[in-house]
Formats: sequence, structure tokens, C-alpha cells
Amino acid sequence: MRRLGFIIPIALFLMVAAALGLGLRRDPSILPSMLIDRPIPVFDLPGLPPSEAEGLASSDFSGKPVLLNVFASWCVACVIEHPMLLRLQAQGVTIHGLDWKDEPAAGADWLAQRGNPYTLIGSDPRGRTGIDFGVTGAPETFVIDGHGRVRYRHVGPITPEVWSGTLQPMLDRLEQET
Amino acid sequence: MSAEIGQLALILAFMLGLVQGVAPLVGAHRGDSVLMSLGRASALLQMAFVVLAFGALATAYVTMDFSVELVAKHSHSTQPLPYRFAATWGSHEGSMLLWVLILALHGGALAFFGRSLRETLQARVLAVQGLLSAAFIGFSLFTSNPFSRLSPIPLDGTELNPLLQDPGLVMHPPLLYLGYVGFSVAFAFAVAALIEGRVDAAWARWVRPWVLSAWISLTIGIALGSWWAYYELGWGGWWFWDPVENASLMPWLMGTALLHSAMVLEKRGALISWTILLSVLTFSLSMIGTFLVRSGVLTSVHAFAVDPERGAYILVFILIATGAALALYAWRAPAMRTGALFSPLSREAGITLNNLFLLAATATVFLGTFYPVFIDVLNGDKISVGPPYYNMTFVPLFIPLLVLVAFGPILNWKRDTVQAALVRLRWPIIITVAAAGIGALAFGLAKLGAALGIALGVWLVAASFMLLVRRWGLGRKGAETGRLIRTTPLAVWGVAIAHAGLGVSTIGITAITAWTASEVVTMVPGQTIEFAGRRITLDALGAATGPNYQAEQGRFRIEGQGRPFLMVSEKRFYPSSQSQTTEAGIHGEAMGNLYISVGESATPGAATVRLWWHPLVGWIWGGAMIMALGGALSLSDRRLRLAMPARKTAPAKTGEATA
Repeated sequence: MRRLGFIIPIALFLMVAAALGLGLRRDPSILPSMLIDRPIPVFDLPGLPPSEAEGLASSDFSGKPVLLNVFASWCVACVIEHPMLLRLQAQGVTIHGLDWKDEPAAGADWLAQRGNPYTLIGSDPRGRTGIDFGVTGAPETFVIDGHGRVRYRHVGPITPEVWSGTLQPMLDRLEQET
Repeated sequence: MSAEIGQLALILAFMLGLVQGVAPLVGAHRGDSVLMSLGRASALLQMAFVVLAFGALATAYVTMDFSVELVAKHSHSTQPLPYRFAATWGSHEGSMLLWVLILALHGGALAFFGRSLRETLQARVLAVQGLLSAAFIGFSLFTSNPFSRLSPIPLDGTELNPLLQDPGLVMHPPLLYLGYVGFSVAFAFAVAALIEGRVDAAWARWVRPWVLSAWISLTIGIALGSWWAYYELGWGGWWFWDPVENASLMPWLMGTALLHSAMVLEKRGALISWTILLSVLTFSLSMIGTFLVRSGVLTSVHAFAVDPERGAYILVFILIATGAALALYAWRAPAMRTGALFSPLSREAGITLNNLFLLAATATVFLGTFYPVFIDVLNGDKISVGPPYYNMTFVPLFIPLLVLVAFGPILNWKRDTVQAALVRLRWPIIITVAAAGIGALAFGLAKLGAALGIALGVWLVAASFMLLVRRWGLGRKGAETGRLIRTTPLAVWGVAIAHAGLGVSTIGITAITAWTASEVVTMVPGQTIEFAGRRITLDALGAATGPNYQAEQGRFRIEGQGRPFLMVSEKRFYPSSQSQTTEAGIHGEAMGNLYISVGESATPGAATVRLWWHPLVGWIWGGAMIMALGGALSLSDRRLRLAMPARKTAPAKTGEATA
């Protein structure tokens, strides 16, 4: 009987290792199939102070393909990603922002300080819209086509390689489709 | 040339690591002294070669040898010398080499200073260290070689991420690694003890200083990282529950538990298998922390997608190391005698309870960090965890722990009573209740939580002071207080100071959470505003040039509450990497920090100025430093005792294997 207690650590460890092993084999950058090529979830979010009125809603995604970037002021990786977003904005890429699980005031401060790469911003302090999108963490970026359908999801910061290798070709292709 | 020397040295070190991993193990099994001494020799030689390899890479960085791929990627000719040197560990490959260097230094130290250990124990410890070394050097050589050459040679390099060009961050990784790797010694000792099937007093006497020094480095390293985030990330947050931070917090929590249980083992011969288990888990968490989260963000998960080869190597290695140690534990530990018994109310029991809380807190952080992965496996849902999760789970676990911390050192070993303990703690209890009452009256019911938080900090400080008061015999008739103060052992000072440091941090955390004030204003030069009881004048706005950046600068004059002073707040632009950083102006005082950052404004000639008042924020890191100081005092006390003739012949106190 006493032996049993000593087996618990290894048993727990093997379970954790198995879960990690399985989890790592799944490519986390692939969106759950229910959302890919489907219309984005319906939402209507307020903006960040002081312009709460200019928010972001699902109806804003029609016309041309855009990026939806999930960020938060508490997110360290977002700081690393931020200059890249500003550069994309300068190149004329439309990026909408989702300030996710964040105090609106903190999000506004954060942007005021670092520059705002977003055309429209939705504030999602409780993370409800994030759940509908299946957001796993910040930063995360969705490619949304001119018909308001999710086409791709990138998890983690956008690096120059991700941009030129994946996102840019995809946006160009979608641009031609419309 | 230096890159090739480094490469060769690293290959030799790898082979020596293999020798060190096998020879002494066989030697200890057969009782062959020659093989066992081979372990010592190869540990020392390996150390020399790894130092050479690290030196070669550092030389390439300092001399700007851009033909080395790693240097070209993380250095630039305009980067100042200290940052060119620090860039050595600013990349994945370089930081791996730093990890290997620290591991090799520990191995060498064990070989050199461990000669008073039982020969077989030292041989087995060195063998485990050798295997770890070989695995990490192998990882470095096969998947992330720091010495690859580039052709053609670029004219200049790509700069190190400007966020990392900072004095705080220069020291941060080495300190963290000293902590992580320091725990490898406890791991090696634990595995060696499991192989031998015995743990004796000498074992605990040897493990504790290593654990303590690792814990001190980790404490300072974490505090430094938090401080860096505070001033560099630009809005004054000091902890983000980022996976990378969690990765350092988990070994710290577990290491704190290990520190205390190892003390019980040494002093009382109890908690034997528990201490061994904690030793294994602490180092495993260090490895998981550093490596799964390696490539930044909980992109640990995503890093695997980026580089499956690297990820697979690490995962397999952690699986083998931890799995083998835990399997050995399941097999061998039951045969080791259970330690000395203690009553449910005793210092041993108090420390055990604290251990359980620390373990639960670690589990909470672990779950939060890896939850997305687990949930995904269970039902395919994608769920995320942010700071709200930790406020709901970690904080409620940590508060009772902080209440309990004060009881541990005041309880008697072996047996105690509730009444006696409460009587001993009556002054701290009275002071704490008074502090809570005054706080509730002064701050109002709306800030009751804050009043209780401050009272909790006061409780920790008062109870720690009580420890010294009791030791000095203050208030006791006929006590020779002067002599008692002089003879108070450093270890007692250490406990009191470390626990008081925890209280200081608690007060700081409470204050910044409850009373942070902030304001955003558009200012033109010459304008004055009132903030936090001071007059703040924007003296000038202008441009400045640094060695590898251009800055927009705001200069401020602050008057009121003491001597007037000047503050500078900058926004820097690094042309070679096209990125920006914020260098907020921070004026630190005992009672709080004034924090100013400058942003662009729509109005020409004006600036958007953000002002924060962060009350007592410095106490958070100050408290951590006090904790580290307590640890250091305790460590120096132990060194005195270790210098005494080793009691090698003393009978094994705490258990002999029968298996």
C-alpha cells in the first residue's frame, strides 16, 4: 500500500508529458475547422477611451481583406510585435485591433505611448468575443476576407518571415479574389 | 579563428561529459577508485573547455566578427561594448552556451570542493551532472550551434533587440541561470541518493547550501526581471503573468519549498523522501521553464511548430531526465526508512503545511501556463488564461501562506501547543490587529482589502522581529541581552530578515494595486500642472542622439515635497533595427515612484504626457533583495559550519536501504 504513494509522482508526470506531447503535435496555428472559411462571429464592441463610440463590429469586415490583431497591454510579446504592425500600417495594410481581456484605459495608454497601428479597435475586457474567435493568447492575428470570412489564423507575434512568407501572399490573393 | 577554437572546445567538452556521466557510475558500482577519480578529472577538464568555448564566442562578439552567423544576427558596430558582450547570451544559441557554462562551473565546483564527501556519493553526483552536461552540450552542438560561419561575410550585423539593450537585462539571464542550474545540484544529489538507497545527514548538509545559493540568485534574478519590465515596457506594470515569467516563478516557489524541507531533513531527519521528490521536481521545472518557453511567449507551443527538431530534442530530454528520476523514486524511495516522527503541531508540521501551500501555488501557475495545451487535448476547445485567472486562484492560495509563514520559525521542533505559540506571537498579533484597524479607519471600507494587505505585511515584519526579540531575551528578567545579541547565529538573522523581506514586498504589492494614480495631459514647453501633490513643469521638448539611437526627449522640473529635481523621459528610435523603445522618466523615492512618459501629440510643438504615481512600488523589489540578503546570511552561517571537520564517520542518521 505504501508503495502506491511513491508511484503517484511518476504517474502524474507521465500524464502531463502525454498531454504536452499530444498538444505539441497539434499545430496550434491551425484554427478549429468550424471557423475556417466561415463568417466571423457576430459582435459589436465599444472602442477604447476617449473614443468609445468608434468601436469594432462584425459588420465592419466587408469590402476588402484585412487583418484582425488580438493584443493587450499586459502582453509582453505584443511589445515585440508592435513595431512590425506600425511598419505594416505605413505600407498601407488595414489592421483592426481587438484589445483582449484588458482594462480599456490601460489599452488606450499603451497605444498612445507606442503609436496606434489599428484602423478600428474593439475593446473586449471580459474576453467574450475572444472566446467566440477561439483566441488562445495574445498576440494573435486573423486574416479576414472581403466577405467577412475567417481565412487564416496566426498565433504569436508577426515576424518579418511570417509576414512575407504567409500573410502577405494570402492578402494579395484575397485582394485579387474580390 | 576563435569560432573554430570554440567549436572544438565544445566538442571535447561534450565527450568529457559522456566520460563523466559513465565512468564514475560504473566505478561507484564496482568500488573502483580509479574510475571514480576519472569523474573528478573529467568534470574539471570539461569546465576548462566550456570556459574556453564561451570565451571564444564572447571574443567573437566583442571584436565584431560578423563572419560568425550568431554575431551577425545579434550585434552591430554601433552597439556599445557592454551590450556587445551581453549579446553573447542575448540569443537562443548564446544563452544555451551560458547555461552550459554555468552547469560546467557547478560540476567543476562539485569535483573540487566535494572531496570530503563519501567517495561513492560524490562519484554518482558527478555522473548525473556529467549526463546533464553532455545532454545540454549535445543540444547546443546538434541543434543550435553558436559557432556557424557565414559566407559571404556581411559588412555589418543586425542589432540586438533594443528592448534587451539595458543594464538590468544584462544581469538578468546569468542570475536566473545560476538559479536554475544551481538546482541541478540538488537533482544530482537526489538521483545519487536514490541509486544508493540512502540519505544521511551529510547528504542534507551538502544539498542545502547549493539550494540556498541557487534560490538567492533566482530571487535576485526574478526581481531584476520584474524591475526591467517596470521601467522598460513603459507603463509601470511590474508582473504580467507572462509564460516566460511564470517559467521563473515556478522553480522559485518549488525551490522555496525545497529549501525548507531540506532544513527539516538536516535538523530533524524527517521529510526524507519528500525532500528528494522536491529536488527532482524543482530542477525539472527549471528545465521546463527555460526550454519549453525558450523561444519567447507561450509560443513554447508555437516554437515547436517553428523548429520541430529543437523542440523534440528538448521534450525527449526532459522526459528522460525527469521520467527516469521519478521512476527511480517510485522504485527506491519506499525502501528508505521514514524519517523521524513529529506531532501535528510542531515546526516540522508548520513547514510541511507551508510546503503544501507552495506546491499548490506552483500547480496553479503550472496549470495556468499550460492550460491552453491541456484543454486543447481534452476536448479541442481553445481556451486562454490571462491575469484574471491568477488573481482568482494564485492570490487566494498565497494569502493564507503568508499568514502561516510567521508561525514556522516560532514553533518548537517536534511538539508544540496552540496556546504556547499564540502567547509567543501575542505582540505581533496585537500590532497586526491594530494596523488593520487603523488602516480600515484611515482608508475607509472601500479600501478594506488594501488595509488588510498592509496589515498582512506588518504581520510578517512584526513576527520576524519577534523572532529576534525572543532570541535576545528582551523583556525577560536577568537575560544578558548584549551577549545574546552578539551570539545570535547568522541563520536566525537570516530567517528573520528573509521573512521580513516577504512582508515588505507584500506591503509594496498592496500599495501599488490599491493606490496607483495616473493622468494623461497634453503639454507644451513651459506649462506646469499639478500631480500627486507636486508641480510638474515641462521645461523643454527636443531631440537627442545616443550611440545607436535617436531620441525624442521631454525634460521636466518637479517642485514641491522636498528639493526640486529634474526628470528626463525619452522615446528612442533604433535605425538599424527600425524599432522603438520607451525610456520612461522615473524618480524613485521611499514612498513611491513618479513615472513620466512622453508620447506624440496631434498638436505640433506639444506632447502627450502620461504621469503615474506608483506608491511604495520600490518595496516590491526591495523586499526581494531583503529576502536574498536573509538567504545570504543563512548561507554564510552554514559555510562556517561546513568548514569544521566533516563528520564523515557519524552514523547515518536517517535511513539505510534495505532494498
